[in-house]
Amino acid sequence: MSNIITDETIDYVGILAKLDLSGEEKEQAKKDMGRMLDYIDKLNELDTSGVEPMSHAFPVKNVFREDVVTNGDGSETTLRNAPEEKDSMFVVPKTFD
Amino acid sequence: MAKEYETVIGLEVHVELATRTKIFCGCSTAFGGSPNSHTCPVCTGMPGSLPVLNRKVLEHAVAVGLATNCSITRYCKFDRKNYFYPDNPQNYQISQLYLPICRDGWVEIDTPEGAKKIGIHEIHMEEDAGKLIHDEWEDCTLVDYNRSGVPLIEIVSEPDMRSAEEVIAYLEKLRLIIQYLGASDCKLQEGSMRADVNLSVREKGAAAFGTRTEMKNLNSFRAIARAIEGERSRQIDLLEAGEPVVQETRRWDDAKETSYAMRSKEDAQDYRYFPDPDLAPVSISDEYLEEIRSRQPEFRTEKMKRYKEEFELPDYDIEIITGSKHMADIFEATVALGSQPKKVSNWLMVETLRLLKERGMDPEDIRFSPENLAKLIDLTESRAINSTVAKEVFEVMFEEDIDPEEYVEKKGLKMVSDEGALRRTVEEVIAANPQSVQDYRNGKEKAIGFLVGQTMKAMKGKADPGSVNRLLKELL
Amino acid sequence: MELLSLSAVELGTAIREGRTTAVEAMEAVLARIEEKESLYNCYITVDRDGALSRAADVQRRIEAGELTGPLAGVPVAIKDNLCTEGLLTTCASKILENYVPTFSAEAVLNLERAGAVLIGKTNMDEFAMGSTTETSAYGVTRNPADPEHVPGGSSGGSAAAVASGECFFALGSDTGGSIRQPASFCGVVGMKPTYGTVSRYGLVAYGSSLDQIGPLSRTVEDCAVILEAIASHDVKDSTSVERQDTDFTSALVRDVKGMRIGIPRDYFGEGLDPEVRAAVLQAAELLKENGAVVEEFDLSLVDYAIPAYYTIAAAEASSNLERFDGIKYGYRAEAEGLHQMYKKTRSQGFGPEVKRRIMLGSFVLSSGYYDAYYLKALRVKAMIKGAFDEAFGKYNCILGPAAPTTAPRLGESLSDPIKMYLGDIYTIAVNLAGLPGICVPCGTDKKGLPIGLQLIGDCFREKDLIRAAYTYEQLRKEGK
Repeated sequence: MSNIITDETIDYVGILAKLDLSGEEKEQAKKDMGRMLDYIDKLNELDTSGVEPMSHAFPVKNVFREDVVTNGDGSETTLRNAPEEKDSMFVVPKTFD
Repeated sequence: MAKEYETVIGLEVHVELATRTKIFCGCSTAFGGSPNSHTCPVCTGMPGSLPVLNRKVLEHAVAVGLATNCSITRYCKFDRKNYFYPDNPQNYQISQLYLPICRDGWVEIDTPEGAKKIGIHEIHMEEDAGKLIHDEWEDCTLVDYNRSGVPLIEIVSEPDMRSAEEVIAYLEKLRLIIQYLGASDCKLQEGSMRADVNLSVREKGAAAFGTRTEMKNLNSFRAIARAIEGERSRQIDLLEAGEPVVQETRRWDDAKETSYAMRSKEDAQDYRYFPDPDLAPVSISDEYLEEIRSRQPEFRTEKMKRYKEEFELPDYDIEIITGSKHMADIFEATVALGSQPKKVSNWLMVETLRLLKERGMDPEDIRFSPENLAKLIDLTESRAINSTVAKEVFEVMFEEDIDPEEYVEKKGLKMVSDEGALRRTVEEVIAANPQSVQDYRNGKEKAIGFLVGQTMKAMKGKADPGSVNRLLKELL
Repeated sequence: MELLSLSAVELGTAIREGRTTAVEAMEAVLARIEEKESLYNCYITVDRDGALSRAADVQRRIEAGELTGPLAGVPVAIKDNLCTEGLLTTCASKILENYVPTFSAEAVLNLERAGAVLIGKTNMDEFAMGSTTETSAYGVTRNPADPEHVPGGSSGGSAAAVASGECFFALGSDTGGSIRQPASFCGVVGMKPTYGTVSRYGLVAYGSSLDQIGPLSRTVEDCAVILEAIASHDVKDSTSVERQDTDFTSALVRDVKGMRIGIPRDYFGEGLDPEVRAAVLQAAELLKENGAVVEEFDLSLVDYAIPAYYTIAAAEASSNLERFDGIKYGYRAEAEGLHQMYKKTRSQGFGPEVKRRIMLGSFVLSSGYYDAYYLKALRVKAMIKGAFDEAFGKYNCILGPAAPTTAPRLGESLSDPIKMYLGDIYTIAVNLAGLPGICVPCGTDKKGLPIGLQLIGDCFREKDLIRAAYTYEQLRKEGK
């Protein structure tokens, strides 16, 4: 395997992705990601210089909506699936120190 | 000798655009709805929802770009900025990194050393976040997504400013341009204009920039000025003590006049930007650009010139009136209704400014209509009311935009034009104040003033002071 | 009349002609579900009462003459990553174990407008990430052709439900082959339309630039009818395309004379099961005998589609799945502090394959790697699209297998992710290039497991595919 994923990298990606991996999961993730990256490195066999990155497979552009209010009071539906709610707001662990 | 330091400042200014609906959905942007009432699946990140760009957002962004001498990106895209925080329902913000709508502009500000160009690095469109409220009782945070998805432009300046004064001048300039365009009301207190300050210090004459910090949570020009001073000294103190300045984001606490670092180990500050696959790119044609350009309003410099030529107003008046698009609009509309320009200007310069100041309001908050101001001027010019009454009426009009004609009629404030009635009152006053009459006759010119006042009082203010004066002199 | 042996179109006709009713059809389907579901597990949610009441309502509207279309009264199963108002939508994940959408996907609404009657929500790989329906948090689905084998994935529940008579047709979603491959494994027809043809509004996103909703059905005719019903220009989806040519049933013509069909040599190389190869080539031969011009050609870049796909799909998925954080909906773990809550919720809520792709996607987008991985993959995507453009300069459609093998046995695939990803080799490039692709049954192997034939068309040329697939299906039915 040419891509060696370190503990630091896995921890860093865990912070980015908000995933907490157990020791065993972490070892597996290091191995899996290393193998996938080795595989993805196959793309380097291709000379892509001068090729524009393609986000959409065919051109769609200039899709707009008009500036007209179409939605009424959405609080009830917005909150219907909330795990925790208070005063029509979502409750989360505190974010202020 | 102590080292001399130079402050280097760049600004990231967020401006809420004056659209009816949010940037990617048909929810209202109105202030003051009950929590989460202005929300839908799109602006709350429900699974399966998709964004569609509000046409007006692009128009405003392009208009601001043209007015600030930017080049407009003819093929631009939206990118996702990924970070977890509860005010951001998708945990990514739709913004622009790789191909922002505007680049490489500038605005000119006045400084004691003369005019100075402040470069604009870029302007991009993005969505605002929701509001977090700390619940003291439960010691938790509550989330309201009413502001989530409100359209913003972020105007990123070059690090071209060197003092708090320049920063304020730059912000004032941006504010005026954007208000003139009608793209935003730009109220700092209400958060429709927000500035983050990037600041570094370096020894005077040094070529390289120092390490910069980013200061957030600045809600007024005063807070901005104080934060700049505070951060400048903090960084100089660090450098003097031989300690490094850490590149970080800091939050300004205006009450405590201090800032603290916002960074935590859970924030990697790696936003993993990539083009949002849910949105189509925007391609801007020559025709579109011309159309936006043709709709650009008369800006302040042109307006000032025209006011001088057309209305022959004093420079001071022009400066004040054009300093607010709203005030200039009221001025022009009132003049258009037939009022004499200098009279209109006087009402704005004196009574309006006084009341705004007393009530801590901005010119943007003026509520009276040009129609009512024109009527009030008419009433005074035709001597239907005197100036004291006019000021009283104006104050009511300033508060509630009443129709002055109706008000004067209803309250019975019209001047008494009946010469006989006035003559009888003057005669009574002369009879009741022999001492003052004596003083006047003995050459004390001032005594007549007292007699005028007594007459006005007896007439409950509804007399024309000129007529009273004339009659007194005639009868004495 | 054996109701469950009818196609969707045949059932619709029988209902309109009064030979049966929407309620009888639904009762028959529910009885089959009752009988088979404990074995196959095609569904995550069967909305028994709702389905019967909807069927009764639709029957009234048919009798009142309000619903006259070919799908009126026909029971349909919907993949569980399509939002259904008021009905649990889990994406086969624990993290959405209790999520009841407040709106329905546009494609689902289009079917309701056509009078189709929703039965329930089908099993799938968690968030459509997988090729076997084994990554579901709600148990595996078994292949009705042989319950020891997987149905394929990620739309495995939909394909198996169609194959087993637990519905008359189903909707799936296809990001890298997730409709065509399970169709192949289960012996049904499955189609991925051109990107932008069916609105993605209400489809819980996996790889937004690749995802497309499409039909799984018993016949090509059903497929065309369903596609005609679900295709629409939707102003709520910025990537939705306004098309005038969505009268797909007009292409149900048994004639391929002069049609130019290319067979990519690269699709018949190493790794292809000989029985699959033989069946697919035999199908090509049949089309040739009936007037199609069939020739071999080199498509090129085939080996690069999988690494490009996994980079792009994982990157988009890592961002699309950030919204599952325990705050607004779904599963939430109790924890001290915000960041612990995020981490616990997501670590407990997502399964291993989803975590694997989120980790990979976060990594390829992270600072310093974006250009080397993500942009590189988008450049390769452009090259792959170029290779297809060149091919469609010469051919009306491309013919090949949908998968290198028939359905593997349960439990064989997940241990080696890369091996599993390699199984997508013939389907994935179609998503990268935004093309339409259809899979029709073309035989079985010695074990009796179905083999699928894939036809790939140029963007917006679904009609070519429908015509070729329909002709092949008719020829095969005629025993030729």
